[in-house]
Amino acid sequence: MNNILQIFSDSFRMARKDLLDFTRDKMQLVFVIIMPIFMMIMTGFIFPTENSLKDIPLGIANQDTGQISATMVQALTQMKTSDGSHIFSVKTYTDVNSLKDAIKAQKINGGVYIANDFSQMIQQNEQASATIIPDQSNPQISQILTQLLQQVISGTSTGIAQTKVGEMLRLSGTANPQLTQLDPAAIISPVQSATDNLIPGKPNYFQFVAPGIMALIVMMSVMTGLAVSVSKEREAGTLDGLLIAPVSRLSIILGKAFSQTVRGMAQGLIVLLLAIVIFGVHVYGNWLIMIVLMFLGVFAFMGIGILVSALASAQESAMTIMMTFQFPMMFLSGTFFPIQQMPKVMQYISKVIPLTYEGTALRKVIILGAGFSSVWTEVLILFVFGAVMLAVAVPTFRRVITK
Amino acid sequence: MENIIEVKNLVKDFNGFKAVNDISFYVKKGEVFGFLGPNGAGKSTTIRMLTTLTRPTSGQATVAGHDIVNEPANVREHIGLVAEKLILYDRLTAMENLMFFGSLYHLPKKETKDRAMKWLKILEMEKWAHKLAGTFSTGMKQRVNIARALLTEPEVMFLDEPTLGLDPQTSRSIRDFIKDLHAHSVTVILTTHIMPEADELSDNIAIIDHGKIISIDTPAGLKASIKKDNATLEDVFLQLTGRNMRDDATVHIPSARGHMFGGKSRIR
Repeated sequence: MNNILQIFSDSFRMARKDLLDFTRDKMQLVFVIIMPIFMMIMTGFIFPTENSLKDIPLGIANQDTGQISATMVQALTQMKTSDGSHIFSVKTYTDVNSLKDAIKAQKINGGVYIANDFSQMIQQNEQASATIIPDQSNPQISQILTQLLQQVISGTSTGIAQTKVGEMLRLSGTANPQLTQLDPAAIISPVQSATDNLIPGKPNYFQFVAPGIMALIVMMSVMTGLAVSVSKEREAGTLDGLLIAPVSRLSIILGKAFSQTVRGMAQGLIVLLLAIVIFGVHVYGNWLIMIVLMFLGVFAFMGIGILVSALASAQESAMTIMMTFQFPMMFLSGTFFPIQQMPKVMQYISKVIPLTYEGTALRKVIILGAGFSSVWTEVLILFVFGAVMLAVAVPTFRRVITK
Repeated sequence: MENIIEVKNLVKDFNGFKAVNDISFYVKKGEVFGFLGPNGAGKSTTIRMLTTLTRPTSGQATVAGHDIVNEPANVREHIGLVAEKLILYDRLTAMENLMFFGSLYHLPKKETKDRAMKWLKILEMEKWAHKLAGTFSTGMKQRVNIARALLTEPEVMFLDEPTLGLDPQTSRSIRDFIKDLHAHSVTVILTTHIMPEADELSDNIAIIDHGKIISIDTPAGLKASIKKDNATLEDVFLQLTGRNMRDDATVHIPSARGHMFGGKSRIR
């Protein structure tokens, strides 16, 4: 018992020294804050969302002279984002080929072609068509553009259908008066969709990335921090000073673990604070569950950090090993892109990455306000992973540290 | 007088390279024991084994009556180390460094502070006590480093090239200091490449080469052993170890090899 107390008090002294050492490096402290800001800004702004799209150059070649096509062009021109700016900046072209040339020259990001018989076909009760020409060099924009254009076209189409069906009902109403009671809209689109949100409002992309970045920063600071801290001391020679002192090897590892835990948690909380203050992220869940989850993240990655610190001889190699692990984790864990959007193979890989579970659990709690009952599988996986890694890492460290 | 260090058939094998090849010697309590040898001869490896930083491949050794393999914790309580590399944190002040290392030996805070102040005073570093160690010159750092090693008042001090890269003034003061330790009957194991230094300070000297001890004697005995009038220790050293420079070191010395792959500390 005394022995265990001694190990803990020794490790707290080591941790205190590490943190003192860490806070003396002002430059590092500054970057501890700047790095997550950069990450949030980058990920929050470079990925296009519907809101971030405005004034997309769109070409329209309308050869029709009728009223319906004019209304459609008008609708496209007037289309607005939720914050009130125009989505398209419309340019007029004469025919399909000039539209295609303009896309090739990247003057426009897409085009709509309406043939000269458009209104006439509708009047003759035939199917008219409007052609969408996407800019395939820009898949993401062209996907959104196509969606929007289809919306407008099908909206126009529904409008025409309603008028026509109304007319038909009126005509057949003389024979069957019941028909005049019917709503043409109910016949054209019998099924309507409605949305019932778990949280009020529309979540922005920051809301999606913030929990992931929190998980990522906690992981990076624990893993890299631990490995670099040990290999730095090894290189400098100060590790020998700890090793010749009458303290248990375990307290040396624990001390490093404690100091990196404090650092990881602090960095995670900085990300959260920035997300709330600068990027308007809202925490819907319980703060306590969130903190416990962050702590669990620290625990899960501790083992890998210790293992690498035992095996890497120098800071440089520790960094290289860490990058090799962290880079795929960063992109496959669903931090920046939803896992559901990845190819099947990648989805399987993301399932074996512990960061995925940390990110998912944090996202559930922060965005959806989930309670413990919704995240317990993630908690279990992270705990087991961390425990297994530590069970491997600690004996390895103790054996390897004195050659 | 009793032996404070006893080494018997000690071997350290780094993947087939015998850095220390079956050495045996003993050191009497209170003596200054000089440990000389060309670069890569096995001095540092021997010191690392005796300070429990490296496990021997075979053989036995006791320091202050405790086995280095089976009772490393007891050995650590009796030793102080000034290694090739400074054991100091650059971003901590001199005092913070001393207080931290003192706390690892579970000395009471007050006691640590008093001792730290005392050593800093003796080593003329007291006015720098609250300055960051990273801002010190090599000589100043080495003085704090020595204060750190002495803080626990160890029975055995291992000094691995303590005057390396220091100016004559600091070297002189460190040599005086070693004499002072000697006067207080602290056992000192000293490695150095400076022959007059070894000659001046040591009671006994072991010369090691290619992992083997080739001679142990008093400085006077060593000098008398070669046929030369007014022989110096350097003459003895060069005669015993040959005049060839150890330029093959990078191939055969694991520490040098380790260095090439980005770190010296992995294997020593």
